[in-house]
Amino acid sequence: MKLMLKYLRPFFGRMSVGLAIKIAGTVVELALPLILSHILGQVVAEGNIGKIFFFGGVMIICSAAACVLNIVANRMAARVARNFSEMIRHDLFYKIMHLSAKKIDEFTVPSLESRITSDTYHTHHFVGMMQRMGVRAPILLIGGIGVTLFMDATLALVMIAVLPFIFITVFFVSRKGVPLYSRVQVSVDKMIRVVREDAQGMRVIKALSKTEHERDRYDAVNRALVEDERRAGLTMGIVNPAMTLLMNLGSVLVVLLGANLVMGGRSNPETIIAFMQYFTQISMAMMTITRIFMLYTKSSASAKRIEEVLEAEDEISVISEEELPRKDGESFIVFDDVSFSYKGKRNDLSHVSFSLERGESLGIIGSTGSGKSTVISLLLRYYDVGQGSIRIDGRDVRTIDPSELHSMFGVALQNDFLYADTIEENIRFGRDISPEKIREAARIAQAHDFIEAFSEGYDRMLASKGTNVSGGQKQRMLIARAVAGDPDILILDDSSSALDYKTDANLRRALATELSGTTKITVAQRVSSVMSCDLIIVLEHGEIADMGTHDELLARCDIYRGISDSQMGGAIVE
Amino acid sequence: MNRGGFARDPRAENNPNKNAAPKKLGKRDTGKILRRLGKYLAAHWVLFTVAIVFTLLSNQLSLLGPQFSGDAIDAIAAEGGVNYELVLYNVGLMLGCYAAAGVLSYVLAAIMIFLSQKIVYSMRKSLFDKLTTLPVGYFDQHATGDIISRISYDIDTVNASLSHDLVQVMTSVYTVVGSLIFMWQISKPMILVFAVTVPASIIFTRFRAKRVRPLFRARSAKLGELNGYAEEMLSGTKSIRAYGREDEIVSRFDKRNLDAVDAYYRAEYYGATLGPAVNFINNLSISLITILGGILYMFSQNGVAAAGGLFFITLGGVSKFVQYSRKFAGPINEFANILNEFQSAFAAADRVFKIIDEDPEPTDKEGSQEIRHVRGKVELDRVKFGYTPEKTIIHDLSLLAEEGKTVAIVGPTGAGKTTVINLLMRFYDVDDGKISVDGFDIRDLTRGSLRASYTMVLQETWLFYGTIYENIAYGSPDATREDVIRAAKAAHIHEFIESLPEGYDTVLSDDGVNISKGQKQLITIARAMLPKSPMLILDEATSNVDSRTEINIQKAMSDLMKERTCFVIAHRLSTVKNADTIIVMQKGRVTEMGSHDELLAAGGFYASLYNSQFE
Repeated sequence: MKLMLKYLRPFFGRMSVGLAIKIAGTVVELALPLILSHILGQVVAEGNIGKIFFFGGVMIICSAAACVLNIVANRMAARVARNFSEMIRHDLFYKIMHLSAKKIDEFTVPSLESRITSDTYHTHHFVGMMQRMGVRAPILLIGGIGVTLFMDATLALVMIAVLPFIFITVFFVSRKGVPLYSRVQVSVDKMIRVVREDAQGMRVIKALSKTEHERDRYDAVNRALVEDERRAGLTMGIVNPAMTLLMNLGSVLVVLLGANLVMGGRSNPETIIAFMQYFTQISMAMMTITRIFMLYTKSSASAKRIEEVLEAEDEISVISEEELPRKDGESFIVFDDVSFSYKGKRNDLSHVSFSLERGESLGIIGSTGSGKSTVISLLLRYYDVGQGSIRIDGRDVRTIDPSELHSMFGVALQNDFLYADTIEENIRFGRDISPEKIREAARIAQAHDFIEAFSEGYDRMLASKGTNVSGGQKQRMLIARAVAGDPDILILDDSSSALDYKTDANLRRALATELSGTTKITVAQRVSSVMSCDLIIVLEHGEIADMGTHDELLARCDIYRGISDSQMGGAIVE
Repeated sequence: MNRGGFARDPRAENNPNKNAAPKKLGKRDTGKILRRLGKYLAAHWVLFTVAIVFTLLSNQLSLLGPQFSGDAIDAIAAEGGVNYELVLYNVGLMLGCYAAAGVLSYVLAAIMIFLSQKIVYSMRKSLFDKLTTLPVGYFDQHATGDIISRISYDIDTVNASLSHDLVQVMTSVYTVVGSLIFMWQISKPMILVFAVTVPASIIFTRFRAKRVRPLFRARSAKLGELNGYAEEMLSGTKSIRAYGREDEIVSRFDKRNLDAVDAYYRAEYYGATLGPAVNFINNLSISLITILGGILYMFSQNGVAAAGGLFFITLGGVSKFVQYSRKFAGPINEFANILNEFQSAFAAADRVFKIIDEDPEPTDKEGSQEIRHVRGKVELDRVKFGYTPEKTIIHDLSLLAEEGKTVAIVGPTGAGKTTVINLLMRFYDVDDGKISVDGFDIRDLTRGSLRASYTMVLQETWLFYGTIYENIAYGSPDATREDVIRAAKAAHIHEFIESLPEGYDTVLSDDGVNISKGQKQLITIARAMLPKSPMLILDEATSNVDSRTEINIQKAMSDLMKERTCFVIAHRLSTVKNADTIIVMQKGRVTEMGSHDELLAAGGFYASLYNSQFE
């Protein structure tokens, strides 16, 4: 809750005004039964019609005033909630965008997603609701109790005695019921999962004639869901009847006790009528307060989850050159005895050393999990090395400001990231790049022809994650994006695996001629993608098994030769 | 996919149609839908009738409550002091009424839950069962999310209306009419007050709803856009960082955030009037009742209105009238809402029935034969096919695969390679020409037996939520644990599986995120190792396995392919090189056909494709 208060602080002024208005509106409404009782009691006894109209008029005016005041206050509350959410969402998203890769791994992407979507929604909802109902209900409750105490203390105390029961009932039933609904949610997810799986795998299911099996599988989750829904419903179904019953019992008590009081001459019938009115109002307020309480529990959990992200300490910071001095006169890119571990246990990369001159090309090859992509991640400083150092132009990457560091690179990563926008914008990626430059980059990436073949050309809208283009087309657009920024260093991380050999060959030829001054790093599983590189590194279990040129490796490296033979069918050695 | 949906109800938040305006349905459609929905209710007519009876009973009881409390107050205010006995009598009746009403309303709630669960269960079941009979193309053309929203959100909406709103309407009508009768009995002149307030309330809520509903729709839509954007960008943090685009992305997020909170504010701004205004109308009627009631009561007290006359009223009468007027106003305010809910329920039902009315995959025609002991000679004879009549995908394709031979299909994306597989498996029937297996036209065979004679490994790895063991044994229910392990070993995935803490009992969760793409594909290959089908289809089956692993499984694959008729689609030329026949497809036509050496010698498309890897 500390977080919510912090973000609400700028609005305390406006909130107080809104609060005051809300209080005024509620108090006015609270006066209604009082006037009603007054009319039916004293005024009628006086026999003055004019006075009845007068007080009736006052009632109407009070009603109207309550209406207007409440509307004004509600609107102010909505404004506060709006500004509150705008700020908190901005800060949260900004923070996430600047979190280190390590922190993102720790939080996990789905969890961050739900924090920025559902958690901010819950806090928004709570801030709005709190202001609208959180004021009115307590005032109705306290005011109602106050007025009734003033009218008749004994009757009021009887009434108040019923309230805790309402709270306890709602509270305990909900405590039991809410977890049951979480279980329903889990069952819903299971049911949906079966539908999703089957909708996506119908080909396999039909091929294996498993439709009967799938129907049974669905039937099981459907039954389980219905069962859970029933259990939750039966539990939560207690709340309303129980509450109504308690409220009604309270009114029975009021009548009974009232009769005794009137008999003893200590009260009058009109008071009892007014009491019945107040009692309804007060118990409604009690119900609302209970609901707000439940909502509070939920949203404070959300607030805590948001807070965790906002307060996450980020380790990646720029280290001064005094600590890691510049080394002059060495190669452009240097890996100097680099070791690294994601989880801090087993090394994912051990003692990797190599150097690359400006304009040279490097190929990295190896099986899944051999550490190819880790090399790239360290070079881009998604993670800091555990041991050793990585230098570009003699400067340790840890001493380079991230924005400066990243401006050197053009990167097409393995996890393709295309988003719902035009092809042109996906290649531009928010940078200041001219349309001509984009077309040139697309041409180099072998993407221009197929883009032009779309009726909308470069204005074609991509679906989220680029699901409306083929894998090879995606990869070529990503390469175009990487090339478009005229980078010093071009990194292609397994980014041509879906291309056929011919397109791949054309791509490599274009890169070699058009980007001859660029230092290129290619991570691949295909020998043909790296064979023309100046230096090829064969990675195995996080270590460099061998490095050299294609011919050197063919001559002396068994692993490399094995990969090459399997892909080229031995034709090359003949 | 509803990832990380902590407190989110996917039915509420992920439903793409939530924001869509309820579609206007024609009168005849509405009638049809109504009749079909009626059938679901009719199936449970006993429960439904009991529910109605209980509703009316419990309503009657809660209507009687204020009656007795009014009488009790009259007894308190009786001339000549409190009539304590009468008070006690009425209090006793009140107590009885309320207690009975409480019990009844819980029983009713329980009945409604049972009823609605029965209805959703059978609706979901019939929808899902229908899904399993649809042709596979249906799932290519319809987004999974859409199907999911129909089976969860739409069915829930229909059910809510059917079981809840229907009863609610009956209760409301009963309450309104009942209170009106009671009020009529208490004092006819005072009813006039409602001539003012009821129309005011109806007009106001209708008018407001019209104005506010689009704003709330915009609010959900904008929030959905914002969430979509955030989710999309979060999946690309690495790329964003690599290009240093963080601030640009944040500022785009801010724009959407602003849109979302503004839409929220606009909706709340107008929505904020609704509650207070309805309150006002209620308070207004109480004020008017008080004025009128006060005057009439005064007249009754001083004898101007004769006892028992039209204008006579007691203090208890005024009290009762106020309480009934509250009961009366509630449903009237709700009425507009319920009407709207019915409308969206109809639209939802329409969407559900649309799937149920889809044409299923045709059943096997009369006299279809079970094919057994297949030898595996497959022949395509001048096959022509298009998914739609306007666009032919396959033109005049002829091809002979002899028993135990391997046919590789090579060609650029969109050439029709996967379509050939669809035809072989009879996911679709040819438009012209014919396909035969062992000389039988496959249209004369049962689909089940035809498909059982193929084993298929597809490009899209399909694994379901379940243990690795279950996933491998999926197509072969009779397989023993030893068989499964043997298959996994052959697919070179056994060691990996054994390295997992739960081994073969490891549950593959959420689309199998805890294992790599390549490993997933190896599991599907292991699955294909089990059945002893005479024919095999491999569609880019090893595209996600890295080359070294591929070497390892190559032997296993060649074991798998041995003595079976195989159809292989692959980009990797190394995979197709050893095929007996290679066909090159371009734009639905076969442009080259022959063995690897023959095609290389011919120097066509295949040769240029093959040679480009050495450039």
